[in-house]
Amino acid sequence: MLLKLASRSLLSRKVNVGLTVFSISISIFIMLAIGHVKNEAKASFTSVVSGVDLIVGARTGQINLLLYSIFRIGQPTNNISWESYQALSARKEVAWTIPISLGDSHKGFRVLGTSSRYFSHFKYGNKRELVFSNGEQFNRPFDVVLGADVARSLQYSLGDKITLSHGVASTSFSEHANNPFTVVGILKPTGTSVDQTLHVPLEGIEAIHSGWQSGVNLSQKLSSNDLDKVNLTPKTITAFMVGLKSKMATFTFQRQVNQFQPEALMAILPGVSLAELWRMMGVIEGILLFISSLVLLAALIGMSTMMLTAIRERRKEFFVLRVIGASPWFIMCLIQAEAILITLLGMCVAILLLWTGILFSQDLLASHFGFFLSLNIFNREMLMSLALVLVIVLFVSCIPAISSTRHAQL
Amino acid sequence: MIQLSNLHKYYGDKNRQLHVLKGIDVTIEEGELTAIMGSSGSGKSTLLNILGILDHFDEGRYLLDQQEITKLTEKQAAYFRNKFIGFVFQSFNLLSFKNATENVALPLYYQKVGRRERNKKAAELLEMVGLGDRAEHMPNQLSGGQKQRVAIARALVTNPRVILADEPTGALDSKTTQEIMQLFKEVHGQGKTIVIVTHEKEIADACERLIVLRDGQIANTTSKVSPL
Ligand SMILES: Nc1ncnc2c1ncn2[C@@H]1O[C@H](COP(=O)(O)OP(=O)(O)OP(=O)(O)O)[C@@H](O)[C@H]1O
Ligand SMILES: [Mg+2]
Repeated sequence: MLLKLASRSLLSRKVNVGLTVFSISISIFIMLAIGHVKNEAKASFTSVVSGVDLIVGARTGQINLLLYSIFRIGQPTNNISWESYQALSARKEVAWTIPISLGDSHKGFRVLGTSSRYFSHFKYGNKRELVFSNGEQFNRPFDVVLGADVARSLQYSLGDKITLSHGVASTSFSEHANNPFTVVGILKPTGTSVDQTLHVPLEGIEAIHSGWQSGVNLSQKLSSNDLDKVNLTPKTITAFMVGLKSKMATFTFQRQVNQFQPEALMAILPGVSLAELWRMMGVIEGILLFISSLVLLAALIGMSTMMLTAIRERRKEFFVLRVIGASPWFIMCLIQAEAILITLLGMCVAILLLWTGILFSQDLLASHFGFFLSLNIFNREMLMSLALVLVIVLFVSCIPAISSTRHAQL
Repeated sequence: MIQLSNLHKYYGDKNRQLHVLKGIDVTIEEGELTAIMGSSGSGKSTLLNILGILDHFDEGRYLLDQQEITKLTEKQAAYFRNKFIGFVFQSFNLLSFKNATENVALPLYYQKVGRRERNKKAAELLEMVGLGDRAEHMPNQLSGGQKQRVAIARALVTNPRVILADEPTGALDSKTTQEIMQLFKEVHGQGKTIVIVTHEKEIADACERLIVLRDGQIANTTSKVSPL
């Protein structure tokens, strides 16, 4: 009866109520959208690499190792010798390893020297494999496979010849101009740093550097003959990813790496370190939360104001209810019920808005940013915040509710 | 039924007080049909609202059916209003978003009467006031006289012992006025205590008793045997 009375009264004031529902739904939409994108961003962030049990690098901070090996941010302090890499790879716990060699760039994009295992064993997201949109993986030392962003922003296609620069600035002075790499493959977007990376074989990196270091004349193009003569086994790599035969061995192997005698190395669990890094970026999360709660608060105050004004206009309605025997408590409940109805309606509209928004932007986000936004917007945190909104509404609508008892006299 | 002694009412704050009722002493017996007249601003509505426990008073005593009404909480007041009193206003005061039946049935809700019982009772009363065929109409689909009939039906639905009417015919033409007054007389015939505030001589003439207010005081009370 209370709800019926409340909804009928709301229906009789369609325009005002409609506008209020609209403003509330917009702000709840913003709140939900920020929360959802944050959650999805976190999920995609913490899964930039999956299926890799450990990352091994020279001893440094674990975040630092994570940043340069996965996000290609910052500089490795030290390298790992090829011998150490071989020794550790040969351990019985190890199923496979992917070597990583960083330090070169192309027009601002990082170059990653690796082995072909990278394309078969590196996984991201929920165990998703790298997929080629064009071409295939590298086979010869001077082949290069481009990440989706690299190919798109530099407008490269298969067969294009590109030169790498030593160092990471986009206008690096020492270009390995005489030894161009040929684009043989382009990857599909992944939404991870893979998209901004050029992948070349370790041998290619070694070839352009060994020439430099061993005094081979770089002004001459290296012929395949030359390549055969030079030993292209790298002397060092930057880091390597490890897949173990059994997860059970993770901590044992980590300890073995950390205690590895010939060299000071460290092994990190990517999932754990990623979660830690995300926590360090908690400030951003806090700011987003703060903004969305401000927006929401503004809308709720707006609703309270609308209801306060409406109460002046509805003095007669409340007076009638009083006359026929409604207690002030009933009238307060009536106003609270109206506020809750408005908010629930706003929530439904907001959820529908968010779903349509996701449906329409899903393809765009996936193809341009490799960011997959799921339709599943409900989780504990989300439901809690919706419940919290309702509690706040109860408090905020106390103002018009209490005011109603003052104005009920004619 | 109603006993007022030395009742005072002030409006406004401490320094700019308006003394509206200046010591009202009046007793209205059960089953009486009383009219209150007086010039505009003399305090008629104020008095009626106090009788209906819609407004507080500042001094004096009010007994309704031997019950002390002087100090009641809003909640108790709501209970008394609902149980003892039915109101009729000049401006009808129907809920615009409810149809005739729902408007009439609403007071029963506060007596926790079930929905079917409520609607049955409401239908009966609409029939009684001659609006059986308008049960589903919304207030804006009814004429003034019909609205007032709905309002009277609503005032009667809880079977109250007192009906208070503030200029019930003030917004109606003379023919409708007569019909409404006839309705009041029928209700009175069922033994209800009725107090009608009015400006119209014919209405006052149709009542058993007339109380004239002047400037917040009772100037005159006359009783007569009902002409009917
Ligand atoms: N809520 C209020 N606040 C302040 N003053 C009021 C209030 N209600 C009524 N008054 C004043 O009390 C006096 C009596 O008002 P009341 O409404 O009782 O007159 P009335 O006899 O019903 O007049 P009318 O015949 O025009 O309806 C008036 O002077 C009015 O200005
Ligand atoms: Mg009046």
